Amino acid sequence: MRYYLYSRIFYSYNMKNNFIILLAAVCFLFSACKKDNPISSTENQRGRVKLKFDHIVGGRVLQLGSATYTNAAAENYSIETLRYYISNIKLTRQDGTVYTVPKDSSYFLIDASVENSLFPKFQVPVGTYTKLDFIVGVDSLKNTEDIASRLGDLSVDKGMYWSWNSGYIFLKMEGKSAASSSGNYHFHIGGFGGYNTQTINNIKAVSVDLTKAGSSAVQEGLSSDIHLMVDVSLVLDGKTPFSIKEHPSVMFGEFSTSIADNYQAMFRHDHTHNFQKIAGE
Amino acid sequence: MTIRTTSRRSQVNKQHLYCILGIILAIVACRKSDDWVDISPFMGFQKARNFPEPVYNFATNKITEAGFNLGKKLFYEPLLSRNNTISCGSCHISYYAFTHHGHTVSHGIEDKEGIRNALPIMNLAWNESFFWDGGVHNLDLSSVAPIENPVEMDEKLSNIVLKLQKNKEYPGLFKAAFGTEGISSERMLKALSQFMLLLISDQSKYDKVQRGEGGMLFTAEEQAGYLLFKKHCNTCHSEPLFTDQSFRDIGLGLNPAKDYGRYDITLHERDKLKFKVPSLRNLKYTAPYMHDGSYLTLAAVMQQFQSGSIKLNNEETTQILAFLETLNDAQFTLDKRFAE
Ligand code: HEC
Ligand code: HEC
Repeated sequence: MRYYLYSRIFYSYNMKNNFIILLAAVCFLFSACKKDNPISSTENQRGRVKLKFDHIVGGRVLQLGSATYTNAAAENYSIETLRYYISNIKLTRQDGTVYTVPKDSSYFLIDASVENSLFPKFQVPVGTYTKLDFIVGVDSLKNTEDIASRLGDLSVDKGMYWSWNSGYIFLKMEGKSAASSSGNYHFHIGGFGGYNTQTINNIKAVSVDLTKAGSSAVQEGLSSDIHLMVDVSLVLDGKTPFSIKEHPSVMFGEFSTSIADNYQAMFRHDHTHNFQKIAGE
Repeated sequence: MTIRTTSRRSQVNKQHLYCILGIILAIVACRKSDDWVDISPFMGFQKARNFPEPVYNFATNKITEAGFNLGKKLFYEPLLSRNNTISCGSCHISYYAFTHHGHTVSHGIEDKEGIRNALPIMNLAWNESFFWDGGVHNLDLSSVAPIENPVEMDEKLSNIVLKLQKNKEYPGLFKAAFGTEGISSERMLKALSQFMLLLISDQSKYDKVQRGEGGMLFTAEEQAGYLLFKKHCNTCHSEPLFTDQSFRDIGLGLNPAKDYGRYDITLHERDKLKFKVPSLRNLKYTAPYMHDGSYLTLAAVMQQFQSGSIKLNNEETTQILAFLETLNDAQFTLDKRFAE
């Protein structure tokens, strides 16, 4: 409750864009005056962006383990594990200039079973951002670096690493399905393009337009929370729908590229909460 | 601090060595125990004159005596396997030039069989890639593969870290090796590398002939074999490491395990059935041969090559085998610093 009292929440939807820009401008002026800083020095002023990954399966909230979902091939399945990397985050301003989050602070392992992992946070210069870009997976350079630079979420002991080719698993989805003869399915999707011999590259760039559902207005000391809806059903039913019966276990192989294409399209911007007070998180 | 001598294994005769060691021990006995490192004869990484520059980036993992000792202890540590039964040394045995002698394919946890013949742990500082398929490019990352392989050690790095943290000895050993408290998988892997990097085999007759040590020369038969080797084998088994580190299909065909080798890494048709050209050092100790250990003798291997494009008569084959004998390094397999 305290949190609500102190925060200035603005839900910015389609219709309210003008209103929001106006309010954003007012807030800008307000903070600029208060701090007695010229607006032009915004490069040095930083605010926070928090991404929120909300996992859904079609029209339902993802429930790990317990719930049963049905794919386009009319097969039932549950989801027990859902983990994926996002990295190399970029934000584009209204004027087209781009802010790139420092590479080493831009690797996040999203794990549907770990609440804390669902909200990657990073500092960005004050401004209004209309586009969010990131990679699902880990860039090829990082995949070839030595152990000392594989820290934090990139540690090779996170169960998201193939020891036999020293590459990361970009997305891991596992669960039960009667359609599979073993009763289980496993999708471990990776492939960074190869070390010195070219091979499959499943590094997927995702670009999210923020203008329709609310640009991200970043203000010093405050947080802009960008909520993304991640529809996991599209892993199976995206561009190339497939049946679990035919592909109960997809790992490093040609078919993995179809699954990567599928999940590339599972991210949708839902809304943005701007000017959130950063309460002792 | 390390004391360096000009040659890695100097020619000082054994009695002298023991005498010197005795004096050192006497001095040590009178000092505080933590002075030991200052006067130990640890020589670190030493490259033989006839070897090229190593590939491994030592700047990222400085070899120290404490690091080497920790790496050695970890290499022979069964705690690295799920049920605490298998160590790296179970499959990489020093007497057999760190291979799994007597097994065509290696036997791991609960006697589960793998599909590949264990490679020797030898001269790894020069490896551009690791394993028969070259899937890994960095030694520090190589150890993760046997640890996590369900038919080898079947353990998780994070779980090993927990086991080592609970152990009485390891916290102190990690601190000695890395300067500060803390056991992490990164440190564990680096220590293992420090041990493996010093498993250098460069004391074969071939090496001594190349370096002109003690006026050592090839016999006429060995010399004839050497010339034939250069003509028929050296393109792939290039001196002085006896591998050009490329991947080749020498026509062994697909084995029952359906191992496509390099293809599993690149998914290119052209890489099907290609395997890393193995070194030919220490063949005396590393039988059986080939990626699946399906060739039990060198004679059988020679027959295989002859059935291909390499035409050799019996005399020439004998000469080549005589040359291959000169690549055996008994000292390497008996070195007390490396053995369990
Ligand atoms: C169950 C037997 C087994 C165990 C235990 C084992 N290895 Fe191996 N090792 C092998 C086999 C088999 C290969 C070849 C595998 C391949 O090429 O796919 C190999 C290959 C290697 C290589 C690659 C060498 C080269 O020239 O490319 C390294 C390095 C290595 N092992 C280190 C270790 C370490 C360190 C441990 C302990 C953490 C260990 N091994 C435990 C069987 C084993
Ligand atoms: C075209 C490259 C090439 C040439 C030429 C070649 N080899 Fe090989 N050799 C290989 C490859 C590749 C392997 C491993 C094959 C496998 O396991 O699939 C191998 C394996 C071997 C082995 C088994 C080693 C072990 O540890 O398993 C021996 C011994 C050997 N070669 C000796 C020779 C000799 C002697 C010659 C010359 C007469 C020769 N090779 C010529 C590529 C070559």
